Amino acid sequence: MAQERSSSGGGAGAATAEIAWDELRAIVGPENVRAAEPADAVAGVLPRMVAEPADEQQLAATLRWANDAGLAVAPRGGGSKMGWGNPPSRLDLVLSTTRMDQIVEHVWADMTVIVQAGARVALVQQSLAKHGQSIAVDPLWPETATIGGILSTNDSGALRLRYGALRDLIIGVTLALPDGTLAKSGGKVVKNVAGYDLPKLATGALGTLGVITQAAFRLHPLSATAGKTLTIRTGGVSDANRLLVELQGSALAHTGLQARMQHDAQAEVDVRFEGTAAGVEAQCAAARRIAAFAVEEAGSPEVWQARQELWSQANASALVKFSVLPTRIAAACESFRRYGDKAGITWKIVAQGTGLGWVRFEGARLKEFSRALLGLRAELEREAGSLFIAHLPAGSEETDAWGSPGDAFPVMVRVKQQFDPRGTLNPGRFVGGI
Amino acid sequence: MDARTLQEFRAIVGERGVISSAEELHTYECDGLTNFRVLPEAVLLPESAEQVQGIVRVCHRERIPFVARGSGTGLSGGALPVANGVVISTARMNRIIEVDLPNQRVVVEPGVINLDVTGKVSPHGFFYAPDPSSQSVCSIGGNVAENSGGAHCLKYGFTTTHVLGIEVVLPDGTLVHLGGRTLDAPGYDLPGVFVGSEGTLGVTTKVILRIVKRPECIQTLLAAFATTGEAGAAVSGIIAAGMVPAAIEMMDNLSIQAAEAAVHANYPNCGGLLLVELDGPTAEVAALMEKVNEICNGCGATEIRLAQSEAERAVFWKGRKAAFAAVGRISPNYIVQDGVIPRTALPRVLTEIERLSEAAGIKVANVFHAGDGNLHPLVLYDRRIEGQEHAAEELAVRILELCIEAGGSITGEHGVGEEKKMMMGKMFSEPDLATMQLVRCAFDPLQLSNPSKVFPRPRLCGEKPGPYTPHPLEVAGIAERF
Repeated sequence: MAQERSSSGGGAGAATAEIAWDELRAIVGPENVRAAEPADAVAGVLPRMVAEPADEQQLAATLRWANDAGLAVAPRGGGSKMGWGNPPSRLDLVLSTTRMDQIVEHVWADMTVIVQAGARVALVQQSLAKHGQSIAVDPLWPETATIGGILSTNDSGALRLRYGALRDLIIGVTLALPDGTLAKSGGKVVKNVAGYDLPKLATGALGTLGVITQAAFRLHPLSATAGKTLTIRTGGVSDANRLLVELQGSALAHTGLQARMQHDAQAEVDVRFEGTAAGVEAQCAAARRIAAFAVEEAGSPEVWQARQELWSQANASALVKFSVLPTRIAAACESFRRYGDKAGITWKIVAQGTGLGWVRFEGARLKEFSRALLGLRAELEREAGSLFIAHLPAGSEETDAWGSPGDAFPVMVRVKQQFDPRGTLNPGRFVGGI
Repeated sequence: MDARTLQEFRAIVGERGVISSAEELHTYECDGLTNFRVLPEAVLLPESAEQVQGIVRVCHRERIPFVARGSGTGLSGGALPVANGVVISTARMNRIIEVDLPNQRVVVEPGVINLDVTGKVSPHGFFYAPDPSSQSVCSIGGNVAENSGGAHCLKYGFTTTHVLGIEVVLPDGTLVHLGGRTLDAPGYDLPGVFVGSEGTLGVTTKVILRIVKRPECIQTLLAAFATTGEAGAAVSGIIAAGMVPAAIEMMDNLSIQAAEAAVHANYPNCGGLLLVELDGPTAEVAALMEKVNEICNGCGATEIRLAQSEAERAVFWKGRKAAFAAVGRISPNYIVQDGVIPRTALPRVLTEIERLSEAAGIKVANVFHAGDGNLHPLVLYDRRIEGQEHAAEELAVRILELCIEAGGSITGEHGVGEEKKMMMGKMFSEPDLATMQLVRCAFDPLQLSNPSKVFPRPRLCGEKPGPYTPHPLEVAGIAERF
């Protein structure tokens, strides 16, 4: 856990004025408000209180109360990714959605589901699986992560390549705005172009525009068979990248494609096929032909846990997400190697066929390396890529997590001002200080 | 429009880039929805993003509203000009700028025709997935504005799924880049909210598209049923079997007759016709198509044909894609609707449409994207018969209300535009609409970009948002609210 910094004593009005916490207790019930503990810190900043509303009306009323009182609020689902983003510039209240954990509606024949924001991803998927369906997303820590949390952080895994990101799966959202407005957008049908697409705007906004109270998703059928994963060992990052691009450019209908690479030149490519037994076999054969220049290893579905495994005992490591053109993955690896070698830092990467990748850095001089990451980021940005710093060792909180939001940043600021004019929600946590 | 402003526009786009004579302007007075017509002050035909910027800067300074227009095939009046405003046509911005096959991206100007993107990359085995029925003439810029769908979006998604980045001239003339070539650009998903905003947030000047590898195998099956109810049961059966077909289309008897009269697709004369298309690896498609066959037989199909060649597949689709226009063969006038319902509500909603149709004495032909519940009821009437047009309009509204009541939407792919903006208040509450308009205020506080579309009324951007604004009487202490 990062060092704790109290947010009191800042310039916020809330720091000096007496806060009428009894009003909050009246909204959500006294048993659902408690003083914050060290474990409630958000990127090292300790809030004063934690509130757990029972439903979206209570949540909206809480938000409005906090907004009127000039408090800063951090929404929280399962809390698995609270460190993502910059530390809040102010923080008074953590607003937890964990009591809002119900599946509101699952009409399996329509292949849609409406879920409350605080529902745990794994529990939702288990329920959907009874009808052979799922939200086609494989986020980190599904047992802990909530629907609202994965949406706000836009977390996606290997399934994205075939089924799209959460933005492509969400079909409706209810947002609680800082002024207490509850606003719906989208709906519960798969195809719908009525009005602006706020479900997409809310996805990946890190809770800075409103708090997601519930969301509707389109569902996909689970594979009829267990599917099959092929793992292919290649000569290095260049070969792995080449294979990734060739498989992606083939007519195969894989549901996962990733390269696992590390500083010592090891590079493996995993590809997964699902569907009918005949289809899976035929596709494996075709993939083997494409990969004939490399060596096949024993495949195991465990390899799809590799992204999450990068996070095991993450405290003393740095974890970043990068995004590059799929053909530039090897070049990105070379940059990591160059920067890493200079600082004596080792790295491990899981890169997907989409051009998104995750890197774990380790080594003694990690703190100095945090600053070097900014140079690395600049290299990727020059090639239209980006680098998001998800985790750094304690003491590196000043390093900007996001990088450049580009020339549309003024529009983003205006969007933020429209939705949250008083800067109540997650102030300072998002790009460019939003 | 005063001569000085017109002269300024001429200086930006050149003499040939300005249309201002009344007779030429008539070409632009409506889009594919022809019952709304407004003559613009001028039509401007820029050739570059810089020229669009120049035009929009003048509009911003002079407070002249503008409407961007692609090919004008929209069906909701999205490109309908506004009075005292100009139309910015993207027709001359029609270059495919870059094709990057290994990364599966294509960069185009907004006036590029949808099908030309596929044409450019198909020799290499790729295609551009969104396929609105107008794809041989509609533009990518228009597709971005409307978030166009098509028959294959059940599996492949909509325009928004395939747009990675957009270069936009904002309503104040600033040029910005939303999204980019790579995924998850830092910041808000502005491409996500811009696509489908129907031209109300700015003018698209460049688009980065994703292209898709053509599947190894595509098979199309045609199945005839006695009723749409039986055909609907087959659709449910296919979905329940865990398949995501590339497309499932349904036509009722009236639309089959129309299609036959127009393009001779050789459809069986039946009560409900299904087109089911599967694509993917050959072995996979073969196994699943067998299942589709069984399901259709089980649901009482009277005839099943599997297209044996690419030519036959094209003929299967020809009737479906021509259905809207074909209806002109059996009715002098018609209204196309675009409601969406949860698929399970299909039998109930169809029965109700039939009942309303009989009660009103107005025929309705039905064409659906059955896989995703997108209905295209075609309300047939004859303008020359006193009162029919009004009755048809009322019936069309009633059908959309049915869609809303069933938990659906007033539009699946045609957009709200001018046509359905008064229906928005039936689908969304005031706070919902006010919240959407916050986005509008962030992009276009003066509301110059395609004003008066989508929303039932404009929002003053200085207005305080929120569920509760005290009445002046309350503020004055004269009244209280309990």
